[in-house]
Amino acid sequence: MASLTLLAIGTRKGLWVATSADGRASWRLSGPHQPVDSVYAVAIDTRRSPPRLLAGFTSEHFGPVVAVSDDLGTTWDEPDHRVIAFPDGADAVVSRVWQIAPASPDEPDVVYAGTEPTALFRSADGGRNYELVRGLWDHPHRAEWTPGGGGMALHTVLPHPTDARQITVAMSTGGVYRTEDGGGTWRASNTGIRAPFLPNEYPEYGQCVHKVARHPARPDRLFLQNHPGVYRSDDGGARWRSIAGGLPSDFGFPMVVHPHRQDVVYAFPLAADLERFPPDGSCRVYRSEDAGESWTPLSRGLPQNGFWSAVLRDAMCVDDAEPAGVYFGSRSGEVYASPDEGESWCRIVEHLPDVLCVRAATVPG
Amino acid sequence: MRAVRVVVLLAGVLRPSADGKSRLEVDFAAGATLGAVLDRLAERYPALDRRLRDEHGGLRRYVNFYVDGEECRRLDGAETPVGPGVEIQIIPSVAGG
Repeated sequence: MASLTLLAIGTRKGLWVATSADGRASWRLSGPHQPVDSVYAVAIDTRRSPPRLLAGFTSEHFGPVVAVSDDLGTTWDEPDHRVIAFPDGADAVVSRVWQIAPASPDEPDVVYAGTEPTALFRSADGGRNYELVRGLWDHPHRAEWTPGGGGMALHTVLPHPTDARQITVAMSTGGVYRTEDGGGTWRASNTGIRAPFLPNEYPEYGQCVHKVARHPARPDRLFLQNHPGVYRSDDGGARWRSIAGGLPSDFGFPMVVHPHRQDVVYAFPLAADLERFPPDGSCRVYRSEDAGESWTPLSRGLPQNGFWSAVLRDAMCVDDAEPAGVYFGSRSGEVYASPDEGESWCRIVEHLPDVLCVRAATVPG
Repeated sequence: MRAVRVVVLLAGVLRPSADGKSRLEVDFAAGATLGAVLDRLAERYPALDRRLRDEHGGLRRYVNFYVDGEECRRLDGAETPVGPGVEIQIIPSVAGG
């Protein structure tokens, strides 16, 4: 069967869907879907046939919803009822969905969602309805988690690829937490991650982690973009060490692992916390091919100067093709794609609202 | 006490969540509150309710509820009494950018 490359683009004012039927040489764009709603989270669940798109839409007026599409974004199923909500007694209201993460293929109906305020929800019906994961919500540290600049959100969910009991999450601020019993109990997992904005720079928790990523074939190795700092863990998050050497800055938001090569990782550095532009206004993706020991700037086809924009934590992704495609969207509404693992780039969309998230996959055409 | 019929007028953007209707009527055996009116509407139109209120029944910040022309937050919020002939207008407020 012929295949398509599908690229979902969530923005501050709606979702766009791009498809390529010619090996990512050209793209066809549809949207906006749910215009004006902000889309902080989108996922492509390729465990299903047909693949399912899931998106967290938030209306400033009318609140959040998770909608699903089983026809590659042409139509969306938005239930009448609240699909994701805190239960009675929780004294909190879901204001936004920041992350949607399908679990491993062993649990084909399980989908996790991270929200603002900081909480983890679990769906057992393919992402249509969600229940609060109480173990994390009831964690004694929760009272001391505080909002980052973007809000107090659980923005990263990494279900383990082979062990459903293990889940890693990250939040701003709060840091990394892990469970090994399916969500019943959680422990902070930030040893070695610096928090220069706190009196104790190496606290047990309270770090402002921006993104964590890993390769499914090596689940104990994690890559992390912090605020600031770039880290790697080789023991499932128990300890972290810096891999920022060779980058022009250790500040940034996204962190993405290659779909097939477990030592290859991508970052998009910004100059500094208080200078959130690419260094010198030069748009560059950085790639490491040795698990962060060294980094190479990639800029062929990208703006060489005058790029005073930024790439947010979920606005970079890879597809699952061979060779892998790499994608990122900017706060200035441009989306760039590389069909050759980052060697060369092409702008495939411009003039969109701020790009908040992108996800890509190969799907049946 | 007298029976109460309350009229609810919906802004255009909300009508798809109420079977396309712009005007809804809610009858009570006795006096009621704005919150009770919304509870009754929630039974008939859950998609409308989640747009108007959060999961604990709180009024969404950027939706205004005018009770006979006065925004309910200047009255008693969801506890605002509604009597016979009262008209409630539900209109999204100015928000976004």
